[in-house]
Amino acid sequence: MNAVNAIEVNHLTKKFGNKTVVDNISFNVKRGEVFGLLGPNGAGKTTTLRMITTLLKIDSGNVSIFGHDAAKEGRLARSMFGLTGQYASVDEDISARENLMIFSRLNGLSRAASKQRTQELLEEFSLVNSADKPLKDFSGGMRRRLDLAVSLITRPALIFLDEPTTGLDPRTRTQMWDTIRRLVEQGSTIVLTTQYLDEADELADRIAVIDHGKLVKIGTPEELKKQIGGTKLNFTIDQVSQRTLAEKLIVNQLGQSVSCTGPNLSTSLSSISQLAPLLETLQHSQISIGNLTVQEPSLDDVFMNLTVGKN
Amino acid sequence: MEVQTHRGNIVMNTATMAYRNLLKTIHNPDQFMDVIVQPIMFMLMFGYLFGGAISGNVKSYLPTIVPGILIQTMLSAASGSGSQIREDLDSGVFDRFKSLPMAHIAPLAGQLFADILRLVIATITSLTAGYIMGWRPVAGFGWVVVSGLLAIFTGWAISWIFALLGLLAKSASSVQSFSLMIMLTLTFLSNAFIPVSTLSKTMKFIVYMNPITYVITAVRQILATGSWTHEAVLVLIFGIGIVAVFAPLTVWAYNRNN
Ligand SMILES: Nc1ncnc2c1ncn2[C@@H]1O[C@H](COP(=O)(O)OP(=O)(O)OP(=O)(O)O)[C@@H](O)[C@H]1O
Ligand SMILES: [Mg+2]
Repeated sequence: MNAVNAIEVNHLTKKFGNKTVVDNISFNVKRGEVFGLLGPNGAGKTTTLRMITTLLKIDSGNVSIFGHDAAKEGRLARSMFGLTGQYASVDEDISARENLMIFSRLNGLSRAASKQRTQELLEEFSLVNSADKPLKDFSGGMRRRLDLAVSLITRPALIFLDEPTTGLDPRTRTQMWDTIRRLVEQGSTIVLTTQYLDEADELADRIAVIDHGKLVKIGTPEELKKQIGGTKLNFTIDQVSQRTLAEKLIVNQLGQSVSCTGPNLSTSLSSISQLAPLLETLQHSQISIGNLTVQEPSLDDVFMNLTVGKN
Repeated sequence: MEVQTHRGNIVMNTATMAYRNLLKTIHNPDQFMDVIVQPIMFMLMFGYLFGGAISGNVKSYLPTIVPGILIQTMLSAASGSGSQIREDLDSGVFDRFKSLPMAHIAPLAGQLFADILRLVIATITSLTAGYIMGWRPVAGFGWVVVSGLLAIFTGWAISWIFALLGLLAKSASSVQSFSLMIMLTLTFLSNAFIPVSTLSKTMKFIVYMNPITYVITAVRQILATGSWTHEAVLVLIFGIGIVAVFAPLTVWAYNRNN
């Protein structure tokens, strides 16, 4: 268990029929990191995750988990991670407690240890009151919590979460985020997939953007944001007649292009420190402005920028 | 903090999986309805409809159809395992089973062992229905139990075939309709309801090509003679053979992973 990386993925490829669903994807996940796989519907996130977790046969490429080849040492690799799939992977017909007991036993815990761990997890995930009710009466959030609890029975050092918050209401979603952060504090490495940019931004240390089976970009949220240019600056001028002058001043000072519609002007700043001198210049030429907004780029922009036009 | 685990073995994993499936059926007891209703219905319908025509009266027809309907019920109970497995596979929970470090045969074997309960209930229902209609096996209670056990073992062996079908099929409903077809063909083209001597040469040939005929004959012989005939030995070996062939095949199908 001395490998530096929790996961190493090399040239992973999967075809269904003649459609390449995962196309030569490579990345590493460091220990203790939260790694986000971000992509629109059908991008290949689940397929990638299923191959890494040995649920799906790899067409070509390889995966190692804590230094163990997932294909050759499948059983060993499987013992080192917990997985919460995209679709609830708990037993609908039995209770939460029975689910936890059975999965504890299947994970090799003794009967006594299973009982204890079940109780711990029921408490940790606030499921004690509904522990013996059939799952049919569970809300989506409770089901998701149970699903996660089952993945954590062995306190795995590595946890895979496939769209952990899809279908949850905003409050339950925030609770799930808190739970994930708690796991990170305890030292777990986490790989999660999501379609939500804010989720990746909130949780992930690094993000891989996947689209049409290809890895489009990989980096920290900040790096990705920087990649599509700097801060957006928007304002209006009071007298439209001054527009040409204003445009010229901005281009001279920032070296950036300006786009205008009516009295609205927008441009981008490579750093926020350029703002004050620019305002000074405009004032100096007696151009008065209003409705000033400064907008940090969001991951939404990154996402659109990277995946738009290809869908 | 690491949680203490030990490498689960096949027997323990299978036992846990069987326990899971038992829990599921206990939470949904209506799953037993088919194996209870079906033998009673067939026993009443066939007994009172054909009893007179085939054997002169209902009572003398019973030694023919009780074993026939018993084995027919085993077949349909066994086919239930196939659609159950398919349903389970489609539900997402099998992804978790697969991602656990346990023996791959355990989820399948667990299902089939739990389904023995269905086979037992089906056997008791069939034999009791016959008894209520006036069937009195000459061999005595001990041999009735022996024939029941042979039927259950055969049904269990056949459930491995249906498990394979379940794994290979596209959907649970396709398994169900296909299983029904197999069940009807195998039982009606056998000696389940009629004495073979009344059949034409071609039909005789077909009936004797059908393995179910031998199973029914074996059960009848045990009940009629109160002894372990060589037909029964044959059926036992046949059953063991099926498990030996189909258990590895189902594991292979389970592991295909596309
Ligand atoms: N078993 C399969 N057979 C054929 N095609 C498949 C199979 N599984 C997935 N696909 C296809 O592969 C593509 C990627 O699917 P995948 O589930 O990996 O996407 P995803 O990124 O997880 O999407 P979502 O956000 O909707 O969960 C989709 O076009 C899907 O239709
Ligand atoms: Mg998915």
